[in-house]
Amino acid sequence: MDESLEQAVSEICDQYNNDPTRLVDVARAVQARLGHVGNAAMDAIAGNLGIHRVEVESCVSFYSFLSTEPKGEVVIRLCDDIIDEMKGSSRVARAFRKELGIDFGETTPDGRISLEWTPCIGMCDQAPAALVNDVVLTWLSSDAARRIVRELREHMDPQKLVHSFGDGNNAHELVRAMVDNNIRKAGPVVLAPVTQGDALHKALSMSPAEVIREVKTARLRGRGGAGFPTGMKWDFTRGSDGDRKYVVCNADEGEPGTFKDRVILTERAELLFEGMVIAGYAVGAETGILYLRGEYAYLRAYLEHVLDDMREKGLLGKGICGRQPFDFDIRIQMGAGSYVCGEETALLSSCEGKRGDPKTRPPFPAQKGYLAQPTVVNNVETLCCAARIFEKGSGWFAEIGPHGSPGTKLLSISGDCSKPGVYELPMGVSLADVLDLCGARDPKAVQIGGASGRMVGEDDFERSVSYDDLATGGALMVFSHKRDILKPVRKFMEFFVEESCGYCTPCRVGNKLLLQCLERIMAGKGVPEDIEYLERLSENIVTASRCGLGQTSPNPIRTSLKSFRVAYEDMVQEPEGALRPSFDLGAALAEAEKIAGRGSTILNE
Amino acid sequence: MSDTFTFTVDGVEVAAEPGQTILEAAQNAGIYIPRLCHRDGLEPAGACRVCTVMVDGRPQTACNFPASEGVVVDNETDQLLELRRDIIDMLFVEGNHWCMFCEKSGDCELQALAYRFGIAAPSFPFQFPADRQADLSHPDIWIDRDRCILCGRCVRASRDLDGKHVFDFVDRGPAKRIAVNAEARLRDTDADVTDEALEVCPVGALMKKGTGFDVPVGRRTYDWEPIGSEIEKRQTQE
Repeated sequence: MDESLEQAVSEICDQYNNDPTRLVDVARAVQARLGHVGNAAMDAIAGNLGIHRVEVESCVSFYSFLSTEPKGEVVIRLCDDIIDEMKGSSRVARAFRKELGIDFGETTPDGRISLEWTPCIGMCDQAPAALVNDVVLTWLSSDAARRIVRELREHMDPQKLVHSFGDGNNAHELVRAMVDNNIRKAGPVVLAPVTQGDALHKALSMSPAEVIREVKTARLRGRGGAGFPTGMKWDFTRGSDGDRKYVVCNADEGEPGTFKDRVILTERAELLFEGMVIAGYAVGAETGILYLRGEYAYLRAYLEHVLDDMREKGLLGKGICGRQPFDFDIRIQMGAGSYVCGEETALLSSCEGKRGDPKTRPPFPAQKGYLAQPTVVNNVETLCCAARIFEKGSGWFAEIGPHGSPGTKLLSISGDCSKPGVYELPMGVSLADVLDLCGARDPKAVQIGGASGRMVGEDDFERSVSYDDLATGGALMVFSHKRDILKPVRKFMEFFVEESCGYCTPCRVGNKLLLQCLERIMAGKGVPEDIEYLERLSENIVTASRCGLGQTSPNPIRTSLKSFRVAYEDMVQEPEGALRPSFDLGAALAEAEKIAGRGSTILNE
Repeated sequence: MSDTFTFTVDGVEVAAEPGQTILEAAQNAGIYIPRLCHRDGLEPAGACRVCTVMVDGRPQTACNFPASEGVVVDNETDQLLELRRDIIDMLFVEGNHWCMFCEKSGDCELQALAYRFGIAAPSFPFQFPADRQADLSHPDIWIDRDRCILCGRCVRASRDLDGKHVFDFVDRGPAKRIAVNAEARLRDTDADVTDEALEVCPVGALMKKGTGFDVPVGRRTYDWEPIGSEIEKRQTQE
């Protein structure tokens, strides 16, 4: 066996104390060093971590940023979400193909550059965008694509492709990204200025029980979209038995069209981390984990720096704020390209170094989460709200927005509008007002809540963004009247087929069947009963799927059927003869004709 | 046990003990809840979703959902029967299942469930996957991935009963497949013909070589009575 490979893998495993629960980190590091995690590397990892080789393969093969096959030194991943497509990603794709002389999924013959598609990378407000290794490139054009390839061939250094930096901390020496924040509206809760340590000092002057009571009084609910009361979640976790407790922040912002967490991580990391420390204090945890999606790896060095800075200031680590005996520290867990890991139990599996399969519930994370210990999992925005509640008071927070949905909501707005970006608005704001604010152009449909959310039409524009009406994690994609409504629907279904973990039957098989039927309809080969088929299949997938992915994956079809049924009805037709329009008799007989060595008499009739 | 409690399945009162799942308690009472990825003696997985029931109106998988006092469980409603039928259908079209040529026919739980549900032909379009590799490398065992339904019974049995880890899943979504603890071939693992993992495959995916027709057709497990009747008999005997 290759000694240098053995040596490299052994060094990396040592860095993680040969701890099998750090397998995702180990695999990421091995890939960074060796270019891929091949057979020999998997054997070596298994040997060092004391696990079975097939467990390593099970994990590595799950994540799209990890590869068991050799890849180019540089991997260009072009974002293929619907917004990027509307903004011209197909022209960019053509330019990449032509300039590199390869297709997507291929590597240049010299082994230097690979070209791939990737789902939403959280840059819809500056699309088309791509990742070149960890470096984000935005506002792409075909010219830019050609320039990128030529420059890369000269220096092979993705960072050198960034010629100017975005605003705020995007220009920080540890970030140096061309990403723009596009903060269009800063509200009082999350995006207002922060006095570091203020929230934390106030929270830590209370008892943990008082901290939880304060969050309950503020009526804070989870910002990921589901809206579970945060205080109650903390209370459950505090009350659960366990040797250790954990606070996990879900920064795996993978919902297509969502990018507000990226802006929070860039500009309000201090507030977020204070929120995690407060949560830790409230539930009795000593360890926090920030699960950062692989696409945001460019923010990692900066976030580590913020954590270091907090440790120096006594806001993190041993004896926080001088008050003993409270110790709490935070580590960053990188994701590796998987949407389902945004589902809280899949995220915990991933933190444990496994494939991102959701866990069986019950038990819930508050009872048995990370490493089977009581765990709080909160969204980035939720933890920021929690911190701000201690700075400004629960009464102040509860007065913003309607009674059932206090506070503000960050919206990530993209698509057919003149001012895409992040908006922090009071909960309860009407969709019509939001569309006005962002300069929506002739809006026909809004996809609210990302791919797993819902598509609404003009009839719903007077509805409001709140838990009691249009509950959302905050993604809003605007589609104008010139758009074909079925195209985003198809894109979202392709996304779910790609991102299903494959654990349960309805999600693994059913979504593929939905997509096939939709494609049939869009090709003009659908029949009226296909619409009923879509409805019935959707309902069964929603009912029978094991986790939130499958329970929401048919939403694009279900909600567009509700709001834009005519778009489907226009595309289907009663069959003229005995055969369904989707049945291609010639294709069905082709193989038999080939074997028989003669043409079919049926076809020739 | 003193803290025994009761709940209902389709209106029938069922006794249960703390820690029992809905499926176990129902089964002890002679009520069959169809299942495929679950097998008595293995840790439940909730993967196939065939055992989906309504617990107080919410869908849950009976194999791993704890029974609790007073809950109302629906098992044989039209909605659930249709749902299960669809799931069984999905498993058929997802792989390449040719019952008439399969040595597991008559002992196959997927086939038996299809018969129980009156499925003569799937209602979904066949996918006919062409990328499913068979593994004939081992002297005594073979893997036919065309027939694998990704239930994970062999994964759990090998890990928990055999104390090995011969199998696991790789890749994800529709590409998910069963893999062995070696670069490619089963013969390079410590799999053995006496492993429990071989006994638990519900379909013809993991088979012992040279034994396929030891039991003639006509004398196989489900040749005369539908799957589940062994459980339902407990009720009629009482």
